[in-house]
Amino acid sequence: MTRTKDNQYIALARAMDRLSVTDYIQALFTDFFEQHGDRLCREDPSILGGIARFHGMPVTVIGTRKGKNLRERIRFNFGMPNPEGYRKARRLMKQAEKFQRPIITFIDTPGAYPGIEAEARGQGEAIAKNMMKMSQLKVPIITVITGEGNSGGALGLAVADWVVMLSHSVFSVLSPEGFASILWKDASRSTEACELMKLTANDLYEAGVIDGIIEEPAGGAQANPEQMYALLDQALAYYLEELSQKPINDLLEERYEKFRKIGFALE
Amino acid sequence: MDFDRELRNHQMADGDLELSICPKCNAQFAKKELADRQHVCPNCGYHYRIGAYDRLRIILDADSFEELDETLHSTDPLDFPGYREKLNQMRKKTGLDDAVVMAVGTIKNIPVVVVVLDSRFSMGSMGVVVGEKITRAVEYADEQKLPLLIFSASGGARMQEGIFSLMQMAKTSSALARFSGHRGFFISILTDPTMGGVTASFASLGDIILAEPGALIGFAGARVIEQTIGQSLPEGFQRAEYLEEHGFIDAIVPRPQLRDTLAQLLLLHQPKQEAVYDSNEG
Repeated sequence: MTRTKDNQYIALARAMDRLSVTDYIQALFTDFFEQHGDRLCREDPSILGGIARFHGMPVTVIGTRKGKNLRERIRFNFGMPNPEGYRKARRLMKQAEKFQRPIITFIDTPGAYPGIEAEARGQGEAIAKNMMKMSQLKVPIITVITGEGNSGGALGLAVADWVVMLSHSVFSVLSPEGFASILWKDASRSTEACELMKLTANDLYEAGVIDGIIEEPAGGAQANPEQMYALLDQALAYYLEELSQKPINDLLEERYEKFRKIGFALE
Repeated sequence: MDFDRELRNHQMADGDLELSICPKCNAQFAKKELADRQHVCPNCGYHYRIGAYDRLRIILDADSFEELDETLHSTDPLDFPGYREKLNQMRKKTGLDDAVVMAVGTIKNIPVVVVVLDSRFSMGSMGVVVGEKITRAVEYADEQKLPLLIFSASGGARMQEGIFSLMQMAKTSSALARFSGHRGFFISILTDPTMGGVTASFASLGDIILAEPGALIGFAGARVIEQTIGQSLPEGFQRAEYLEEHGFIDAIVPRPQLRDTLAQLLLLHQPKQEAVYDSNEG
């Protein structure tokens, strides 16, 4: 039972027509101004970022994007960012803090790109610095996991006050294929891995890893985009309002404690 | 508790007269000789991987060592098939409860908080126990206003602890952000190997980042990269020297010089006298 179910989540989350950050920006935000580049060496199109209005309020929006057809997918490196993407995101987040804009990140990535250049330019350092910075940013941060949220490549944009998953999305330490490959040296055992990994929204909410779930329309977000947009709009408006009202020191303390508590060890 | 336990284990397991063959140059040496030389090959300088207690013995002043939260152990949060048995086997083999030792001690009489990952236990992988001990060490160093040293030796995330393993990256990075905001001093020492989620969290967040010669350091594993890009990797890829060349570590320090270098850095970061601040006021 569970096996088929968890595996179906993966298929839905990875579907080519899965709603992407560009869809959400178009539907939920106005006045979007895209910002390019990390100001160090290059632009990484795998991560889209900029300023927009949400219900009239200026916000910074950042999201990984995979692309909706093969050409786009190649251009966006299948949603696998290089270090420059994370550094661009950090630049935009620092700017959001300076101008007191809340930050909303959208996650849909197979993970950070495993490549020679990515290593040479410090993939690990780029992700680490993002998490470190996000944990202390003095503005509310919301993360929406819309498709796949795999590994440090996802977490590097997800140290947020409110982390929410769409009900058919997945969030995990690694893709099930990578997981099976590392543990059993056999990527084809990914279905079995899915079953064990606890990567669905329900499992993660129960485990206290995420803060909320937004139920997708029947057949997944892509089956009824208008309904998905309405549901997400409502949820974002509610939580942005709630987080914005908190004194900043309380917000930072709660953010710290939330991540501090995940994972329990026996004394 | 102290070095003796580890020492006894070591002697029982190995026997000092046995020979060790250097994996790099194939030269043979008595294990005793190798241990006397801090497990660095006398012929080619290869740095053997060493356990956490051996590391502490090399770095800290004799008898200055006190281990903290020694018995912290995993709950097997995913109820992962075979994981408990594997943990028990590794506990028996290494005498450790998990892949990490946390201690307070002194280096040339300067008090420090030290965490050492141990690659003999599940290749030093980071699960909840590793993440929790590192976070506690950071918080302890913060409270006590002590400098923090972390010796990384890890293949990355502990797969059997899944998402809980991943979240330790956020936890440790958040703790270090606070520590840094309080002007805490953190030296990260990268040893062979430092990979994956460890590289992509605390190991890359040192005020000073040092590495041992030849240490493998990176985010993605070589096999994954080769499969992704369909070509073989350049010579020396992801080695300490490569990282230094690309601007990601302050210095490569051979093991025999490490204690002196750490002492030098600690002295350069001794807190300023309160009186200096006072004299500037009013």
